[in-house]
Amino acid sequence: MAQYTIKVNGKSLQVEVDADTPMLWVLRDHLKLLGTKFGCGIGQCGACTIHFDGVATRSCLIPISAVGESPITTIEGLSEEYNHPIQKAWLAHDVPQCGYCQSGQMMNAASLLKQNPNPSDKEIEAAMHGNICRCGTYIRIKAAIKTAAKG
Amino acid sequence: MTLIKTTYNRRSFLKVTAASTGGLVLGFSWLASCSPSAKELAKMPKEWFNINAFLKIGDNGIVTIMSPNPEIGQNVKTSMPMIVAEELDVDWKDVVVEQAGLDTTKYTRQLAGGSQSIRQGWQSLRMAGATARRMLLEAAAKQWNVPVAELTTEAGVIKNSSGKTLTYGEVASAAANIEIPEEVQLKDPKDFKIIGSRTKNVDGPKIIKGEPLFGIDYQHEGMLIAMIVHPPAFGMRPKSVDDSAARSMPGIKEVITINTYPEGIEKQWSDTNAFSELVVVIGESTWQVLKAKKALKIEWETVTKPESTSDHEAALTALTEKKTEPSRKDGNPDKAFKNAAKVIERTYSAPFLAHNTMEPMNFFANVTKARAELVGPVQTPEYLSKTVAAVLGMPEDKVSIMMTRMGGGFGRRLYGNFGVEAAVISKQVNAPIKLVYTREDDMTQGIYRPAYKVKYQAALDANNELVGFRVRGAGINGSPVFDNRFPAGAVENYSSENHRLESNITTGAWRAPSSNFIAFAEQSFLDEVAEAAGQDPIDFRLNLFEKAIANPVGERNDYDAERYAGVLKLVKEKSKWGTNKEGVYRGVTAYYCHNSYVAQVIDLEMNGKIPRVKKVWCAIDCGIVVNLEGALNQVEGGIIDGIGHATYSAMTITGGRPDHKNFDTYRMMRHSESPIEIETFFVENEIAPTGLGEPSLPPIAAALANAIYVATGNRVADQPFIDHIKV
Repeated sequence: MAQYTIKVNGKSLQVEVDADTPMLWVLRDHLKLLGTKFGCGIGQCGACTIHFDGVATRSCLIPISAVGESPITTIEGLSEEYNHPIQKAWLAHDVPQCGYCQSGQMMNAASLLKQNPNPSDKEIEAAMHGNICRCGTYIRIKAAIKTAAKG
Repeated sequence: MTLIKTTYNRRSFLKVTAASTGGLVLGFSWLASCSPSAKELAKMPKEWFNINAFLKIGDNGIVTIMSPNPEIGQNVKTSMPMIVAEELDVDWKDVVVEQAGLDTTKYTRQLAGGSQSIRQGWQSLRMAGATARRMLLEAAAKQWNVPVAELTTEAGVIKNSSGKTLTYGEVASAAANIEIPEEVQLKDPKDFKIIGSRTKNVDGPKIIKGEPLFGIDYQHEGMLIAMIVHPPAFGMRPKSVDDSAARSMPGIKEVITINTYPEGIEKQWSDTNAFSELVVVIGESTWQVLKAKKALKIEWETVTKPESTSDHEAALTALTEKKTEPSRKDGNPDKAFKNAAKVIERTYSAPFLAHNTMEPMNFFANVTKARAELVGPVQTPEYLSKTVAAVLGMPEDKVSIMMTRMGGGFGRRLYGNFGVEAAVISKQVNAPIKLVYTREDDMTQGIYRPAYKVKYQAALDANNELVGFRVRGAGINGSPVFDNRFPAGAVENYSSENHRLESNITTGAWRAPSSNFIAFAEQSFLDEVAEAAGQDPIDFRLNLFEKAIANPVGERNDYDAERYAGVLKLVKEKSKWGTNKEGVYRGVTAYYCHNSYVAQVIDLEMNGKIPRVKKVWCAIDCGIVVNLEGALNQVEGGIIDGIGHATYSAMTITGGRPDHKNFDTYRMMRHSESPIEIETFFVENEIAPTGLGEPSLPPIAAALANAIYVATGNRVADQPFIDHIKV
């Protein structure tokens, strides 16, 4: 066990955990930031996507010892008033069915738009490839990303 | 203030008579009604007035509507309260929805399954709203000293003939003391304002914030994390456990072995479970427990013979060739086939599928000597409650179950073994615990969609009329054939036969059970028969429906041929069937299940051997559409899910061991493989609504297979398609 100070959603937070603890479980178990979801634990489903240094990253694959000073953003910190264009578009398109994968989908989509503000269909499909939705909301997700891209 | 404990069921509806206004009057009796206990009253906020089990009204006019059924993503937490709100006649923006826990004294059928929530809840939800409205009207009539008949309501406001108004909030307190009316008038469907609207998911704003809505998010003071190790193969159980290393690891509290279903326990149908004996690690945090799981040294012993997919395939093939007593027989199929001008024959197959809800199985339990408190995602809380009571040896009224929003159900959470496990673990360690499965625990635990094989044969006469039809189905733990489903009823000489292959691999309901395979087989085969008969595939089916309408064969046919033909005609028109585009291949399908009718047309492109669906047209008859937004979302989801699983997914078994444990090798459809566009058309009618969680899924795989045939000249009869497409 070791003490770590990490920057999450603009705040400096301290946790005492084993060095190999993945950020997913630091967020969920220790910081009670429960919007980041556990889906597969091996970086294959995208449910645990967060922004690490501003880039969409699978939190189940980053041990806390690798975090250092790099800022982390979770779904809870994506916007102050929950008014990020992606969140607004998700509501406008009524995207979620069960809703479980959607934090990860939104975090990945927000990261995509940051790097590529006006992605093509093919670019959206490629960027979102790692996020599984069993309910089958893929068409609405793509439509919502396009709406968010328009502002 | 009156809290009414009401049991709604079919027997409580005494008479149905047409009202003079053209609306519907329902006579009913309240089976149970009693006063609230002081303790229950103390819990209620002072400004709320309980009108009945489904709703309470605040003095400011805000209405809380209870959603009794479990929400698995099928939208019932939005659509069921919409029905109550419609009859209550309130503005939807004044409605707050709350999830009800399991309460068999107030609600019936608190279950998510079979696309039945809306269908079976329709009357009681309407009555709940209409009864409350009537009580509000009577309270206002008393206050004004005028007859109820002179009053009208609109969006939570009562008006009298002289133009005076009272809000629901202003009369809620008086209304709560009004005697329950024996008769209430329901709205004419033509006057519906909320039902049929595009209403957004009530949990949408919470989902986009990442709020803790799901079972896996549940927190409780002093709660420990529990994780299981189940045997690596079906037919095995733990023999011995060396937990010395695991026990000494940081944060680890206990390592125990449990048996969730000891001998003599009365099981419910929901207690399908391959592994009742489990090793459990309990600790302070998930990562610590995960590491300790890996440090366990467990010796397993084989109890029943290990099975493999290759054995199943051989056995199922043999069964599809083996005659058995038909479970339905019309005319003389043998003679029809003997005299046939042409015989068409094909065998179809599909593998096991895991449910793969995105939220792995989990449940919270806090079992003390006095009571068992359970919280989590389960589609069958009532059955879980019975089993937990039996296993703990506790009266059922000491067991409470609160349903959380579920990260998918698809049938997996009908089987609540994880809830029973949580209760047993909590009792054994004497602490509140949250049981969490890893993806591997979840995917390798069974309760799979059964592997199936089915053989079809069709006989055409010299005029290319379909004169004989045989279907022989075989499946793991049960056959997928519905004996009385189309084309039964449309063919003079028909037989269906069923075989069951027993297995120690557990199987269960998976979104649209049996239909999820048989619709593909049947509708692919009819496409081939239509081609052999030299007919357009839609016209061929419509001709069969004409026969089933004019002169149905047999009496047990489970479908309405006119509604069936109706969706096919609608999709034919909307898709402009018959027009062809270069490089785009079309397939059609139509199917009836879960009380709804669906027809679909696919436009397909092929990139080498890789299919990509450009567009799906879907026509659907589910009676009245309650929430158009949710309905569209369900139909789209079912289509995408159906295409995804038929094209890419499979679970195989070797020596009892599942070959896939996680999404690195178990393939699920991804964004780039999704259909690009879906356009849905609902048949408009005033038939009582039927469900939408399942019906759009089963037929779509056949539309895809039929389009793949047009594109490649080869019929794909085996799933997953991606392994069988030949160019």
